[in-house]
Amino acid sequence: MSEQKEWTRANAEAYWKRNIRMITVLLIIWGLVSYVAAIFLAQPLYTIKLGQLPLSFWFAQQGSILIFVLLIFVYCWLMDRLDREYGLSE
Amino acid sequence: MSVEVWTYIIVGITFAAYIYIGYSNRVRDTKGFYVAGQGVPAVANGAAIAADWMSAASFISMAGLISFLGYDGAIYLMGWTGGYVLLALLLAPYLRKFGKYTVPDFVGDRYYSQFARVLAAVATVIVSLTYVAGQMRGVGIVFSRFLGVPINIGVLIGMVVVAIFAVLGGMKGITWTQVAQYSVLIVAYLIPAIAIGIVITGIPIPQLAFTFGDIVPKLNMAQLSHDFAVEYTQPFQTKPMLDVLAITLALMFGTAGLPHVITRFYTVPSVRAARYSAGWALLFIAILYTTAPAVATFARYNLFQTLDDAVITNITPGEKQDLYELAYSGEVKDANGDPVFEAGAPVTWATSWQETGLLAFVDKNDDGKIFFGPGTAFSPTKNFKSPNADSENETYFDRDIIVLANPEVAQLAPFVIALVAAGGLAAALSTASGLLLAMSSAVSHDIYFRVIKPSASERDRMIAGRSMILVAVILAGYFGIRPPGFVGQVVAIAFGLAAASNFPPILLGIFDKRTNARGAISGLVVGFGFTLIMVLLMKSVQIFGTSEPIIKSFYGISAEGIGTIGMLLNLIIAYTVSHLTAPPPQEIQEMVENVRLPSGAGQAAAH
Repeated sequence: MSEQKEWTRANAEAYWKRNIRMITVLLIIWGLVSYVAAIFLAQPLYTIKLGQLPLSFWFAQQGSILIFVLLIFVYCWLMDRLDREYGLSE
Repeated sequence: MSVEVWTYIIVGITFAAYIYIGYSNRVRDTKGFYVAGQGVPAVANGAAIAADWMSAASFISMAGLISFLGYDGAIYLMGWTGGYVLLALLLAPYLRKFGKYTVPDFVGDRYYSQFARVLAAVATVIVSLTYVAGQMRGVGIVFSRFLGVPINIGVLIGMVVVAIFAVLGGMKGITWTQVAQYSVLIVAYLIPAIAIGIVITGIPIPQLAFTFGDIVPKLNMAQLSHDFAVEYTQPFQTKPMLDVLAITLALMFGTAGLPHVITRFYTVPSVRAARYSAGWALLFIAILYTTAPAVATFARYNLFQTLDDAVITNITPGEKQDLYELAYSGEVKDANGDPVFEAGAPVTWATSWQETGLLAFVDKNDDGKIFFGPGTAFSPTKNFKSPNADSENETYFDRDIIVLANPEVAQLAPFVIALVAAGGLAAALSTASGLLLAMSSAVSHDIYFRVIKPSASERDRMIAGRSMILVAVILAGYFGIRPPGFVGQVVAIAFGLAAASNFPPILLGIFDKRTNARGAISGLVVGFGFTLIMVLLMKSVQIFGTSEPIIKSFYGISAEGIGTIGMLLNLIIAYTVSHLTAPPPQEIQEMVENVRLPSGAGQAAAH
């Protein structure tokens, strides 16, 4: 506890801003792999193949789900780093 | 040993295990009862969330539904997984930091309003009740299909088992039982999927077999050669793009607003563990959800393959349907060297599943073979005595058969079939128990303790909690035995209302300090009211028994997707009203700042 940065309101705001920035970036990816790749671009991406599947179909039934899992673990890892930097590790 | 004996043995062992786990984790205090003493490790909580999440419908019906919907099955695949990203990034860590027991706890405290608390509690009860009645019915259906027990007796058996471990163990007993239930259901799902994947493609991992095996191109070809207008993988064949979009959004935001899921994030020891448990939960869910579309294509292709070659060897007229005996064809050459088809080995699964009414044939053109193509074989669909003259299709199959008959189609050992029965029961019981706890805590904790009698002693609160869970079990069992029209509308009602009522006030409560009681309540009333009315009007045929739906759709958006509009209305109104009226009191704003930081420094920041 003694090594922890002195906690100030400015610190809290900086921490929150960086958190929001990470959330924004990750949610943009979340929307791109599901709503854009599997719904809006369903027809254009249909002609491209991934393995034996049309690319949009792969995003719709496999890819988006796998990327969702990755996004959460990436967020966990980024927040672990941020918490450590601000001395907020539990 | 026969399938039935195996089923009794495996179901018996798993049920005994659930009751034992519930008993050995019995609790004495309210913290244990509502949030498992906040001592659940992240991985265990992840498995519990996954079991809580994956219902009888996910286990039994989803693959069949996808094989019927093709590309558009993505609404369920993405909709029921994408919400966990929202939970992990936007809600779970902050709710864990807030650290009370329920969703209405947060809404009531953050908006310093008993009215908001009661409103959230009512939404929780409606959402959970709709959902849980279907689960109890699911238990009955699994019992009847695998053991020939009447559905109602199956529901009663399920009620007794759930009552024992939920009343004794509360959240703690439920959590550890769910961990066991997850293990049973995922093993039961994967074994047949892997076996069939190997038979069809030679690749032992279903996801890889699906992506890199040639099964999907083959299915697409089979589909075209059977008079279907388009390939299996073509998007938007069952729903327009706008509706697919709205339904996927409603399912994702609904997931993030479902009380029985949110409550689980209160049970872990820290904010960090709350984040990780969302990750583990989605990983465990994804194992089943990425296997389901593979199973859907394997099974659909198998159906084409089997029926293409099969010949009818015997037809026994029956009262409800004629029973067809089929056999794989054995090709021989006649005197001129031309191929002639003779009956080979019998297709046993086709015979046994006709007896359950999930499969039916009619040889309309009397060619001694069965054709499977577009359109419905019978009209009305489930009257197996009246062939539909407008379609050449000669096959009716219930979507549930895709998972239920899979082990038999792939000719797996009887104990695997028994395992599938145990898996279906595990999925139904685990979801039911989580919902029952959410329902009973909304009444015993949020309404009784927080609103009616704040002076209640710990002992009184435990009695209230346990008796409410018992009442909830009886209510759910009653609706399971006599399902009213709304029970079948889980997706529209439970997810739509959860998206439109719970998600916005929690999100704004964390990310917008300025949102006040007036804004939150206006948003909640409008979002909840709009969605409920729209669903009732669009689903009036199923719910009220009208002959036509009162409204067909809302500008092209169906009842399943209407929660998206309700949620947007809620967000816009809550935000606008809040910013036009006075800001919330200072201590509430400090509470929000405190919730945003993980625990250690949280206290420091508040000083």
